[in-house]
Amino acid sequence: MQGLAGAAALGSATLPARAARSTERSSYTPGFFSQPEWAFLHAACDRLIPEDAVGPGAIALGVPEFIDRQMETPYAYGKLWYMQAPFVSGPDNLGYQLPFTPRDIYRKGIAGAEAFVKAKYGQSFHALDAATRDVILQGFETGDVRFGDLPASVFFAQLLNNTMEGAFSDPIHGGNKGLGGWTTIGFPGARADFMDWVDQYGKEYPLGTVSISGETA
Amino acid sequence: MANITMKSVDAVVVGGGWAGSIMAKELTEAGLNVVMLERGADRSTASDGAYPGSIDELQGNFRHKIFQDLSRSSVTIRNNSSQTALPYRQMAAFLPGEGVGGAGLHWSGVHFRMPPDDLILRSKVKEKYGEKFIPEGMNLQDYGVTYDELEPFFDKAEKVFGTSGEAYTVNGQVVGKGNVFAPSRSDHFPLPALKDVYGASLFRRAAAEVGFHPYAMPAANASAQYTNSYGVQMGPCNFCGYCSGYACYMYSKASPNVNILPVLRTDPKFQLRDRAHVLRVELDSTKKQATGVTYLDSNGDTVFQPADLVVVAAFQFHNVHLMLLSGIGKPYDPVANEGVVGRNFVYQNVTTTTAWLDKSVYTKQFIGTGGGGVAFDDFNSENFDHGPLGFVGGSPVWVNQAGIKAIAAAKSGGPPGTPRWGSAWKKAMVDTYRHSVRMDAHGSNMAYRDVYLDLDPTWKDAYGLPLLRMTFDWKDNDIRMNRYVVGQIAKVTRAMGARDVHFGQRQPDEHFDTRYYQTTHLAGGAVMGADPKTSALNRYLQSWDVSNVFVIGANAFPQGTGYNPTGMVAALAYWSAYHIRTTYLKNPGPLVQI
Repeated sequence: MQGLAGAAALGSATLPARAARSTERSSYTPGFFSQPEWAFLHAACDRLIPEDAVGPGAIALGVPEFIDRQMETPYAYGKLWYMQAPFVSGPDNLGYQLPFTPRDIYRKGIAGAEAFVKAKYGQSFHALDAATRDVILQGFETGDVRFGDLPASVFFAQLLNNTMEGAFSDPIHGGNKGLGGWTTIGFPGARADFMDWVDQYGKEYPLGTVSISGETA
Repeated sequence: MANITMKSVDAVVVGGGWAGSIMAKELTEAGLNVVMLERGADRSTASDGAYPGSIDELQGNFRHKIFQDLSRSSVTIRNNSSQTALPYRQMAAFLPGEGVGGAGLHWSGVHFRMPPDDLILRSKVKEKYGEKFIPEGMNLQDYGVTYDELEPFFDKAEKVFGTSGEAYTVNGQVVGKGNVFAPSRSDHFPLPALKDVYGASLFRRAAAEVGFHPYAMPAANASAQYTNSYGVQMGPCNFCGYCSGYACYMYSKASPNVNILPVLRTDPKFQLRDRAHVLRVELDSTKKQATGVTYLDSNGDTVFQPADLVVVAAFQFHNVHLMLLSGIGKPYDPVANEGVVGRNFVYQNVTTTTAWLDKSVYTKQFIGTGGGGVAFDDFNSENFDHGPLGFVGGSPVWVNQAGIKAIAAAKSGGPPGTPRWGSAWKKAMVDTYRHSVRMDAHGSNMAYRDVYLDLDPTWKDAYGLPLLRMTFDWKDNDIRMNRYVVGQIAKVTRAMGARDVHFGQRQPDEHFDTRYYQTTHLAGGAVMGADPKTSALNRYLQSWDVSNVFVIGANAFPQGTGYNPTGMVAALAYWSAYHIRTTYLKNPGPLVQI
């Protein structure tokens, strides 16, 4: 079958993609985020998935680039959501009821977060140490902070969701650089053929991860 | 924006999923000219399932590439009738499909037959425990059809789907190690059971050790190459883990696109029109006959398609919506407890338990097949004594490892109580992903007088029509059932030697939460039955009120069941089609006289 042939071809591919990737990362210019927003995004993502002994962090994985690239997709314009008025608030368990698209949430959220941080700490978010940034993000996640008509918790949830997507989706979308998200957890990516591994009980899967474009790690 | 009237056809089928494809196949076989209308895009495995581009979790599971376009149409939801229902704005709790193949393209493949007792649940409960056992406000009903009547159609569907499994009894003789609680079959499964993934094998051993009766789940994921009864070929499942949310690139998971449409598309009596959004079924002045359907085509033209026979075969709640918009059957009024369209709306009562194994043991959760796994039915249906327990319903328990991928793993994180981000999250998430086994209690949900569907007074779809409104909450009976069954899982996780377990279970007074995926197994709302006062459809899925309208789907289930619905939907489609072909077409009119 065509699919099996494709899988076999990917298994033997060894593309020298690592060098090209690091250049691409440093030269990326955001299309949606302004420079101050870009600095906030890096400083926040860096705390959501920090670099540590377990594996690479969100910055090395290119998560900000992923999020910026997502901002030009229909999703970011709210085209995947039912966005008909009226917008009426209700109990949390009935779900999201705000008129804001992901683009709106980032724009309002980062501005609101920066204003909040400046008022409280007298500096920009990205200038604060890691521990202080963690405290601030925890406050956004669980507290009652509001950025005008946007609850901080909504902004935080948007950022956290997209950060996880950026770190663990196929690198075709701009994140998961060097397949570092996948190697951290032992996910083999687009291999998608485990016929011979179904009943190799208990053993760790030995083959490296591979992306849709054939990049390996 | 023209108004167009098409040439009349023998039958028009609304919806291009399993129900619609089965009905269109059966009706063209009977010699009818059939037009199928699908509101979404045309889809095929060659285009939507091409490897490796389709192996993209972000697009498949998080941007919902082959799911319903909520921007055009959604539903509103509330927990009870004193609340204002609010729109379901983002896909979360349930994920309806759209496009040719419908939910049958993105489903997992779990392919069950309905337990015989579930089909006669009211009678059975009454007989075993007395009528007073049924809680106040629970609309417990029989289907009006029995397992023996449906058996040939379950069998027929399995031979179309290429279902893998192991029988327990065939024609009353014990033949294998299948589900001891399953009813006798007229034939074996078309294909042998799929292999157990590791977590499922541990679950099988532990469940047997504590005295339960584990079996291989029946799966419409082919365990070997297969040519189905229509002559279409399927490839063997390679456990790639991209079933739910994807078109199967191996042609292993049954779908209308792979198993029926390749044949149907070549039939000159069949015509498929995609991007055709049906607005209403048109009725004549007596309101007792349909004259055809009106739809919007992709140019924005309003098209009337006259037809002698109208088959409404979209997803469960779209069928109910279309009946309400068209005035077919009396809308349900929960206050007066009268009317039938919207009555007995049910969901499914699923919670997931996670067991953590030793860190030297790798469960490889990315290996998966959507329908495969190991289950036990000791607490499903009427397989156990409900008398001392005081609830109606039950729940199979299973390891159904459909392939957990990286984004899902990251978002679900570690055990409850661990942070959702930062280094502590990372460590717990990696440990959870590599070394855990997930088990579902996949329970039934009963029907209640104050749980129903109607039209929303405020929100509209992109066509200016009112959204469907869901009034739904968890009820005490169903919460207690779930908690009892999850309690039984503790015996299994102990026998597995788990180092830690999180028991997913409903909390007392828990409200339905639309923000988290639970299941797409919605049912009821236009149910089948023997009494037109409590059912919208007769036992052949024919509208009691408009006899040339048949409504096929999980909407016909009078209450929820522990199993996934697709096997039953397919069998009901073949059952209905058989009676249309053998009786209705010879003398169109009501198949059941009141």
